[in-house]
Amino acid sequence: MSEKNDDIQAAPVKEAATTPPAPVKLKVGSSPHLHDKDSISKIMFWVVIALLPGVAVSFWYFGLEAVRAMLISVVACLGFEAASLRLLKTPGSLKDGSALVTGILLGMNLPPTAPWWMIVVGSLVAMVIAKHLFGGLGTNIFNPALVARVFLLVSWPTHMTTWMKPGQMGIVAADELAAVTGATPLGLLKEGRLAEMAASSSDLFFGNVGGSIGEISAIALLLGGIILLVKRVITWEIPVVFIATTFVVTGLAYWIGGPEKYASPVFHVLSGGLILGAFFMATDMVTSPITFWGRVVFAFGCGLLTALIRLFGGYPEGVSFAILLMNASTPLIDHLIKERTFGTVRKAEVAS
Amino acid sequence: MAIRRTFRGGIHPDDYKDFTSSLSVQDMPAPDRVVLPLRQHLGAPAKAVVQVGQRVAVGQVVGEATGFVSAPVHASIAGEVTAIAKYRHPGGFLAESVVIEARDAAPEGDESPWPPEPFRMPGASHDYGSMDAEQIRSLIRNAGIVGMGGAAFPTAVKLSPPKGKKVELLIINGAECEPFLTCDHRCMLEETDKIVHGVKILMRALGVSSAIIGIEDNKPDAIAVMTKAFAGVLGVTVATCKVKYPQGGEKQLIKALTGREVPPPPGLPLDVGIVVQNVGTAARVAEAVMDGITFYERTITLSGSQIAKPANVRVRLGTMLGDVLEFCGGLKADPAKVIMGGPMMGVSLSDLDVPVVKGTSGFLFFDGLAAAELEAGPCLRCGRCVDICPLRLRPAEIAQFIEAGDLDGAEAMHVRECMECGSCSYICPANRWLVQLFRIAKAKLNERKK
Repeated sequence: MSEKNDDIQAAPVKEAATTPPAPVKLKVGSSPHLHDKDSISKIMFWVVIALLPGVAVSFWYFGLEAVRAMLISVVACLGFEAASLRLLKTPGSLKDGSALVTGILLGMNLPPTAPWWMIVVGSLVAMVIAKHLFGGLGTNIFNPALVARVFLLVSWPTHMTTWMKPGQMGIVAADELAAVTGATPLGLLKEGRLAEMAASSSDLFFGNVGGSIGEISAIALLLGGIILLVKRVITWEIPVVFIATTFVVTGLAYWIGGPEKYASPVFHVLSGGLILGAFFMATDMVTSPITFWGRVVFAFGCGLLTALIRLFGGYPEGVSFAILLMNASTPLIDHLIKERTFGTVRKAEVAS
Repeated sequence: MAIRRTFRGGIHPDDYKDFTSSLSVQDMPAPDRVVLPLRQHLGAPAKAVVQVGQRVAVGQVVGEATGFVSAPVHASIAGEVTAIAKYRHPGGFLAESVVIEARDAAPEGDESPWPPEPFRMPGASHDYGSMDAEQIRSLIRNAGIVGMGGAAFPTAVKLSPPKGKKVELLIINGAECEPFLTCDHRCMLEETDKIVHGVKILMRALGVSSAIIGIEDNKPDAIAVMTKAFAGVLGVTVATCKVKYPQGGEKQLIKALTGREVPPPPGLPLDVGIVVQNVGTAARVAEAVMDGITFYERTITLSGSQIAKPANVRVRLGTMLGDVLEFCGGLKADPAKVIMGGPMMGVSLSDLDVPVVKGTSGFLFFDGLAAAELEAGPCLRCGRCVDICPLRLRPAEIAQFIEAGDLDGAEAMHVRECMECGSCSYICPANRWLVQLFRIAKAKLNERKK
């Protein structure tokens, strides 16, 4: 750009051109002049669509309790997002749909009978603390819905582990609660009651089990996951590596430790929040690595930690903790896993 | 179908080539006036060697090269030089230009016939098999031929490898990966023989025995025609490439066809023993070396939503865009944005009153919708820019450094290696300015080095 632009002013006035001068005002911009049709709000729209089958199944099994919890979560998350955007002036907009996604995801991570005030506190933690205090959309380190879930779990463990049995359609009164609740399949497993959960493989698949609103039906969640893959909202490596790792590690335990002590890997894959976590939470773009191999390592860590917590940890379920721990490792993974740039040799990389 | 070669990364924009890909090239008659900027190539601008009032013949030199990396400029019509002054260049700046206006007759007192015979370079011959490399190079240099793909780098320079660098392969670029543009496509169909001769000449000038012609497979007719034309030519193969932007980037084409990676700047294809030339350039080379024709006309594509009749047109260099439009049937409606070149790497014009230059591959006329500025949102770290960057950079992270004012950070993230293909800005769901920021950062880094 050594063009002598400085003497533009001194240039002689152009004589009248023989060609018609442009009467139109032209927009000038730096290339490219084409843009892909995808946008943040489209991405979020498809995540919402993909979550719907899972939500629908839990409404089917848990009835109005689930509808109530989901509504509170969504409304509260949108409210806190709006308030944060206004007060903290962080980037983002209600229209981008990210708060709606967090609201639905938080709802899916709650037991259907969660009290309303707890859901509101969860929404506050998700939107204000986990998201906007970290700088808003794109800059949060941890997945907001998962932070809220774990916050609620350690704050009110009883409420967060009171699991309604499927099939109750109406709102459950407080004094009836004990009569309609039971343990989750993973909870039974942790208590060593393998026999009681042995025959529930197809129930796990379709969702006829106790659990959080959004984690009960493997098939509905898989359907959503396929939507995300087909619409290219997510890439395959995180869900596949995450689930495969959990499968292999729990499978090893099953194979070495024996079926009387450990559940089968198929049970592990279908139960709890694994499919929800692998397709919808670990794939959160903001909190997962930016490169392909980074995502593979990230998903492997998620799968390994999930399996270890489930097999040897104090909690029956480990998906949330695993993903949050790997969220924390994401900057490190991105720093360590660097591809050589085009045309360079690896030695040069090491030297720098 | 044969194997489709490709590289990793890249994007798949709609190609929008149907508007013009089946239209034969129309010859636009010489206009009455041309404006010939003396800077139509990369490198030092040419220096005017004519005076105002002087009569010139078609093809005659009006500006001579002023260095090794430079190129002469030739008269594209016969007439009188009426001005040598600064005029608007399509690149947006004002460039010293030679203006020629057509005349009906020779000046009074001059008995020579009018119009004068077009100028032809001495030494040109159909028997290029007996020329040596330097003779070929000098004809190409004197013809003012530059790369026709858009960058307009003087061709003769590319054919003069420095001592110690061995060239073993010539690659002919027929990928034409920019959406809308079809001038290379038509060139392959209509100037096939010239390309065959041009490739042979270029191989001779470089002393190489093999050449590969890379064509994207959205041009099956061109692949068929070229395969047939080169069937009897020893050492030349025609390869099919996947349709993907930027397949026509030198580095990507080399990677796709040979697996070799050109080192980052200042690395050149020469460093991996390769020279890349555009198909259109090969045709111009044949004209220059065989018939002594200097470079004064080229094919351009006119397309986009606002043009009445999209077209491929052969025009004299220096023809004003307004005259080209008039010849082609004008505009349907006022454009909101006009681009010279392709939509991915082309420059947007601030003014329609500009001439066609050597690097003009086309003009695209877009409506307000296509020109609308998209509001940029925050980065979601989705990693799409990282996945598609053909040079394996991390656009999202480089942009963070630049926005934070940390040029050293951006440099450490290899921003200098960016070839500005624009794929990252294209794909970003948050509509972030990525390549635009990198351009600024690269310019600042260069500034700082001085």
